[in-house]
Amino acid sequence: MQRILNNPDDIVDEMLNGFLKTHNDIVEKTDNKRVVKSKESVIDRVGVVTGGGSGHKPAFVGYIGKNMCDAVAVGEICSSPTAVAFLDAMKTANGGKGVACLYGNYSGDNMNVKMAIKMAKKEGIEVKTVVANDDVASAPKDQREKRRGVAGEVLMWKIGGAKAATGASLDEVIAAAQKAIDNTRSIGIGLTPCVLPAVGHPNFEIKEDTMEVGIGHHGEPGIEVCPIETAKGMAKRMVNVVLPDYPFVADDEVAVLVSGLGATPVMELYVLYDEIEKLIREKGIKIHKSYVGNYFTSLEMMGATLTVMKLDDELKELIDMPANSVGLKQF
Amino acid sequence: MKAFKNKDGKSILLSMVKAVQDNKAYLSEVDGLIGDGDHGVNMNKGFSVFETRFLDKEISFTEGLGELGAILLTEIGGSMGPIYGTILIDMADAGKDEDEISLSTLAGMLQAGLHGLSGIVDAKVGDKTLVDTLSPAVDALTKDVEDNISFKVALQNMKDEASKGKESTKNLVAKFGRSSRLGERSRGVLDAGATSCCIILTAMADAISDLLVKESVTV
Repeated sequence: MQRILNNPDDIVDEMLNGFLKTHNDIVEKTDNKRVVKSKESVIDRVGVVTGGGSGHKPAFVGYIGKNMCDAVAVGEICSSPTAVAFLDAMKTANGGKGVACLYGNYSGDNMNVKMAIKMAKKEGIEVKTVVANDDVASAPKDQREKRRGVAGEVLMWKIGGAKAATGASLDEVIAAAQKAIDNTRSIGIGLTPCVLPAVGHPNFEIKEDTMEVGIGHHGEPGIEVCPIETAKGMAKRMVNVVLPDYPFVADDEVAVLVSGLGATPVMELYVLYDEIEKLIREKGIKIHKSYVGNYFTSLEMMGATLTVMKLDDELKELIDMPANSVGLKQF
Repeated sequence: MKAFKNKDGKSILLSMVKAVQDNKAYLSEVDGLIGDGDHGVNMNKGFSVFETRFLDKEISFTEGLGELGAILLTEIGGSMGPIYGTILIDMADAGKDEDEISLSTLAGMLQAGLHGLSGIVDAKVGDKTLVDTLSPAVDALTKDVEDNISFKVALQNMKDEASKGKESTKNLVAKFGRSSRLGERSRGVLDAGATSCCIILTAMADAISDLLVKESVTV
């Protein structure tokens, strides 16, 4: 393994050490070493919490900050945080107006969040959730409740965090975050597999000169394996899956997020975005805001995800609000 | 012997720990076929923390189950943390007031564990999860209590049913967890959770059998 490591079992703790040292103007540690909080305090407003397995940098801790998430529970690589970590994140983010827990649809996270909410309730903290399910490739449209959450989660946190910052009630924050994810569709294309450091070898394969359309953030298989194509070909495949699913139609205003999966050069993401933008524009859809970069990765996987969110007046206002987190800065 | 003393049951826990440690690589390998290959790593981590913390301390069977469950729940996470954590803590709660653990006590404890699990996951028999191992094992014990079967034979029956249940997952299509995203591609390999559950139940049954023999000699 060509990796920068000490003992692979310690990678999450050591990564957090480095992260906290680097970004001490935005985040700080808590009594639970697997919970990171914002330097912004939650006073008289709803707190926003998320959490998930590690290996997706800058998700999840990278989205802590002003007008974003207030506290994040951190899990092992590709493995849900504990129920206690979620609980401690909820307690940390509780300013007395309730906590919105905005996370992705994975069985481990679902169980641990459910248990944490039960424990939080006993301590008098009201928690409501939105479960992201933007990955179009992970289940058919009539089984949307089974779909995974992927990079659309970043837009959900942006909207939820911004809404909480306006002083909205817990129900209003939840409604805005739910609308954000309901209006969002994503798809990924994987070009190489990723390796869990403690495992040491990839446990799925993407053959040389092929690509997997619809791959998940942990190598979950997609809808099709095909010979690798040009950026134009990839953009077409992604747009052709994402747009009809919602469906996004002419005159819609959207936000577009193109994220790398970890090892693809950012330069190539811009090449991909250039093609995606043309295709979306040709459909008469207006791109109000776009994000290109490594927003939600899968260790050292090569490839990219496309996320499109339909905006209305409320979402437009919230997405345009400033934000200051490690993974997303907007002024 | 019809029962063993709860306070003497630490050896059962240490046997369960050893079984998980011995199967760390095997469990990761099974998990790697349709999961992400870290089941053995995570289980070994949790069970070994228990060993380090309690090797030199006196602890009863039910206290140990509760502590092990709490470690998995609070320190391991993933899916297996809450799943095994819930099963073990609910088993511990169901038996914690008993000085002696009889077959019917053990059956009641495992029933409580399975019931607790059903509160956090919807998986049923046939969904290719550890429920495919645990549920028939619990049924076997429950039936043997009703039929007045000896503790030792009942433990063997439980092991047999757990093993059959585990093997049954090979031909099933996963309905829960990460492997469910594979659909038909999940058929043909064992479920990692069902496999670890069988290993743990088997180690528990064997250690209880040994303890029953030992205690019948000393009493």
